[in-house]
Amino acid sequence: MESADSYILSVSDLSVDISGQKILDHITFKIRKGTTLAIVGPNGAGKTTLFKALLNLVNYTGKIEWSEKVKIGYVPQTLSVRYIPTSLREFLSFNSMLYFDRVTASVGLDSREVLDKSLDALSGGQLRRVLIAWAIIDKPDVLLFDEPTNGIDVGSEEAIYGMLKRLTAENNITLLLISHDLHIVREYSDQVLALNKCMVLFGDSKGVMGPSTQKLIYGEPVCTEFGEVHG
Amino acid sequence: MAETLFFSLIVGLFVGFSAGYLGSIMVLEKMALVGDALSHVALPGLALGLLMGFNPFFGAFAFLFTSAVIIWHLGRVTKLSFETLVGTVFTLALAIGILLVPEPELLEALFGDITSVGLTDAVVAVAISIIVVLVSRLIYKKIVLGLISEELAISKGINVAQTNLLYLLLVSLTVAIGIKITGTLLVGFLVVTPAAAARTISTNLSRYFRLSSIFGVASSVSGILLSNYLNFLPGPLVVLSGVVVFIVAVMVRWLKGLPT
Repeated sequence: MESADSYILSVSDLSVDISGQKILDHITFKIRKGTTLAIVGPNGAGKTTLFKALLNLVNYTGKIEWSEKVKIGYVPQTLSVRYIPTSLREFLSFNSMLYFDRVTASVGLDSREVLDKSLDALSGGQLRRVLIAWAIIDKPDVLLFDEPTNGIDVGSEEAIYGMLKRLTAENNITLLLISHDLHIVREYSDQVLALNKCMVLFGDSKGVMGPSTQKLIYGEPVCTEFGEVHG
Repeated sequence: MAETLFFSLIVGLFVGFSAGYLGSIMVLEKMALVGDALSHVALPGLALGLLMGFNPFFGAFAFLFTSAVIIWHLGRVTKLSFETLVGTVFTLALAIGILLVPEPELLEALFGDITSVGLTDAVVAVAISIIVVLVSRLIYKKIVLGLISEELAISKGINVAQTNLLYLLLVSLTVAIGIKITGTLLVGFLVVTPAAAARTISTNLSRYFRLSSIFGVASSVSGILLSNYLNFLPGPLVVLSGVVVFIVAVMVRWLKGLPT
């Protein structure tokens, strides 16, 4: 039996209403330090809103408790880089220069030529690696990553997730990531939280590939009230 | 005469620099027309200054400042773009201004008259330009990050709304001092065209900000010198000089084969 303080985040009964509309309804879950939680669900299920609640960017009811004072990093789905003449070096420097050389090397973006490129001249895969570098460069304790491989080809996807998993493990970062790909969820996360306004599943991610689980996640929502359901 | 030209060039140098620097953010924000439209809001303020005998700069700034705050607040409440909101108020301000400004002064208000620049104008323009550039330097990273991703900026603790308000106030100040050179009709040029030229040939921010400021200085100083030699109004000549810089920048981009 593990002690309660090994949990870095405890969320209980979390609900979010925006303009009178229920976006999240009584969500309860806990995650342990250094693990990866994948958040899945159909479009409009409240996944990004959950991140916003964790970042305190929206009003919510219920409890969000961090076990310690944590530094939270957040990476959104997309960047609007067109028309902004910002080099990769400049962009990362907006966050931190503390581990600049190490981090750019670890994501394979350390050549001078690439660092001096404008963000809008980077490929989709390079841009995702830039986001990973951005995310880890100031050593967060917790990282919220919204669809890390949004808009890139399947071949590069595995490489990006592999890199993310390695870097978060090396730096003992607790990772919460939103993904649509259940295969990726099974391979690269420890636990899965399925949302469809309410919580439809929370448990070990190894079990999410079964047809019944997929139906549960993407079918008519069947809400669960419990904090830990092993799927 | 030589003294007036000296003061004019000092004003042109500093205002050109600060307008170019600040304008570079405006072009990134895709708010180019905001600077142009906002400048017309200054006209009723100028009119009040002329009618009531106080420095028109203060009247212009008061109107610009108030309008900027109203537009910023409306933007937050209605979620309409700055361009839409400015568009709804600027023509009204222009109409009121034209009705209020005494006819002899209307030409100066609309097109500027740098030949009447004195020591006080020069000192005010220099001081304000320095403040504008220093404050812009403090907030430009925040603004750029907010443009790349508002959520990313907020997650880094940046108050995007407050930063935008501060930025609009800086634009108001710059437009208010720029009016002396080009007048209300053309002052939008000072914040837009140098930045547009710089954007055309820049691949990173530091070069972009630097070039935009240099182009601002080049346009205003050469326009003022031409005005002195040709005995024309400076405003249109400043604009023409800036357009030449813009055309050259586009040609440089084409010759260097920069990516589209």
